[in-house]
Amino acid sequence: MILTAVSVLLLFFLNLLVGSVAIPAASTWKILTGATGVDPIWQNIILKSRLPQAFTALMAGAGLSVAGLQMQTVFRNPLAGPSVLGVSSGASLGVAFVVLLSGRLAGVALSSIGYMGEVAMTVAAIIGSLAVMLLIVYVSQKVKGNVTLLIIGVMIGYVATAIIGVLKFFSAEEDVRAYVVWGLGSFARVSGGQVTTFVIIMAVLLPLALLLVKTLNLLLLGDGYARNLGLNVRRARMAVIASAGVLVAIVTAYCGPITFLGLAVPHLCRGIFRTSDHRTLMPASMLAGASLALLCNLIARMPGFEGALPVNSVTALIGAPVVAVVLFKRRKEESAE
Amino acid sequence: MTRSNTIRIENLSIGYTGKHSVKVVSEGITDTLRSGELTCLLGENGAGKSTLLRTLAGFQPALKGDIYIMDKPLGAYREKELATVVAVVLTERTVLQNMTVAELVGLGRSPYTGFWGKLCAEDRAIVDQALELVGITTLKERLVQTLSDGERQKVMIAKALAQETPVIFLDEPTAFLDYPSKIEILHLLHRLSRETAKTIFLSTHDLELALQIADRLWLMAQGRAVVAGCPEDLTLDGTLEQFFRRKGVAFEQQTGLYRVEPEFRAKVRLEGDDTACAMVAKALRRNGILAGKDIESDTVITAGKDGYKTSKGSETATLAITISELLELSGL
Repeated sequence: MILTAVSVLLLFFLNLLVGSVAIPAASTWKILTGATGVDPIWQNIILKSRLPQAFTALMAGAGLSVAGLQMQTVFRNPLAGPSVLGVSSGASLGVAFVVLLSGRLAGVALSSIGYMGEVAMTVAAIIGSLAVMLLIVYVSQKVKGNVTLLIIGVMIGYVATAIIGVLKFFSAEEDVRAYVVWGLGSFARVSGGQVTTFVIIMAVLLPLALLLVKTLNLLLLGDGYARNLGLNVRRARMAVIASAGVLVAIVTAYCGPITFLGLAVPHLCRGIFRTSDHRTLMPASMLAGASLALLCNLIARMPGFEGALPVNSVTALIGAPVVAVVLFKRRKEESAE
Repeated sequence: MTRSNTIRIENLSIGYTGKHSVKVVSEGITDTLRSGELTCLLGENGAGKSTLLRTLAGFQPALKGDIYIMDKPLGAYREKELATVVAVVLTERTVLQNMTVAELVGLGRSPYTGFWGKLCAEDRAIVDQALELVGITTLKERLVQTLSDGERQKVMIAKALAQETPVIFLDEPTAFLDYPSKIEILHLLHRLSRETAKTIFLSTHDLELALQIADRLWLMAQGRAVVAGCPEDLTLDGTLEQFFRRKGVAFEQQTGLYRVEPEFRAKVRLEGDDTACAMVAKALRRNGILAGKDIESDTVITAGKDGYKTSKGSETATLAITISELLELSGL
């Protein structure tokens, strides 16, 4: 656990150091500590670009991983991830409405407005994903089975995607382009003041998610046993879904749909820590998620790529082999036992 | 050991309430269960055993009537409180990865642990004690996914013990187990009921085993009232016989057990050594021939030191050395 925490710190600083403009470590440290006499351009790069980006990656990675762990436990399905309930599709739908429709209706393509457009996109994503999440929470009270709920979530995702498809068809080319860029996901899109908001929201939400560890441990046993041990299963399920849903909604709103991290990190942690106890898995997923997101961001920003590499490609390219190796190693050890 | 009444059931109706109709599974159930006793619920598939257990455990509401557990109505318990009174072992198979036996049994302490679910020294001592009572102390650090079905069932029983409840309900704890494990689990439950003075109530299909270990039986069948009583009383008054009577099944009053009853096509009289005769009778019975010492028949099989002599009226007797040979000679 300490190792994971150290790796988060290490990767965080590497994120500040590495980029297309080479800035010496000593100068970086000076800028961070507020010392004077440093090139103002460097100062701008570190404080306005690299630092916000590192914070965004850290929080987004932690949030998505926690949400993934919660989903996998509550649905007792190893393939569940933050996106299964259609929450991120909801965010996409919100953004699609703003980006694609506004150009049609108001005559001004939103993608060309700049900063205002960005805020509007974030707000739309939050509204879209929270709307889907509320719908899911409502449905979760009505239906009994977990599988039914899972299927309904996936269906909502399909419907959202279909509507987006229709919107795209009727939209101007540059708007579609702006939407596609958003859909690639990025930790760099969030700028200045928005980062502070994002970090504060996540700093509140993540500890809240930790409060559910006993509930999640009981849910592992299945509904019957959990109930017999004094858990109100319906309420517990709702709380977990709401917690995961809000986390995904916020992260997606600010960074676009980031895939893979939420699905893979919980598996990675189970493999490393060899436990299903959420008292360990929860903090572990946060730290490992943050590390992996920082690592991916680092690679996406390596000199040469010039930030052209979309984060989603990197998460899958880096994450998949890492997870595969961990799982294979565990399988081998298990069969050797 | 003084036995106190732990569960009182009065005129209970169980079933499901649909949108337009009410489906009654069983009604008019009245009985009292005591501490330190093991009750077996017997019935065919679809008779409503699970529904009854679910109702008693508070998983679904009763249609009518009252259930009192420790003199308090079931409905008056809050969830957390009920968790300290009733423990269950269910048929649902839990898929658990990377969880040790001790951790799983430790989850049985959840009603008593704090917000984070951390076990204190006392909780751990209770877990150890539960493992010891069930006899699986050696499995403590094993991962649950590496256990056999029988071991897993014992772990779930240990979990129920760690919950420290006066009542334990088990839904078909012997399903999916091989025969020796069935006996082991039922024997274990019987012993626990005596040693821990708990009220243990379980449903099962294993009629013959249940008849041997149950202090009390509940018989359930579709469209009939639940009959409760001591197994021996139910044997003597013929209830058991008529409850499960059907073609091919016979109930033996002497032993109080059920037997496969083929339709006999012939009768044979047996003479000689008692043990050998019993085995010959068993073999012939399986082949549709009723054989016994008290049966009148022309055909007589005498079991002696040199083998089995078959004589039929005036015909010459044939001699077989083993029972297998005897069956062959008699043309079966």
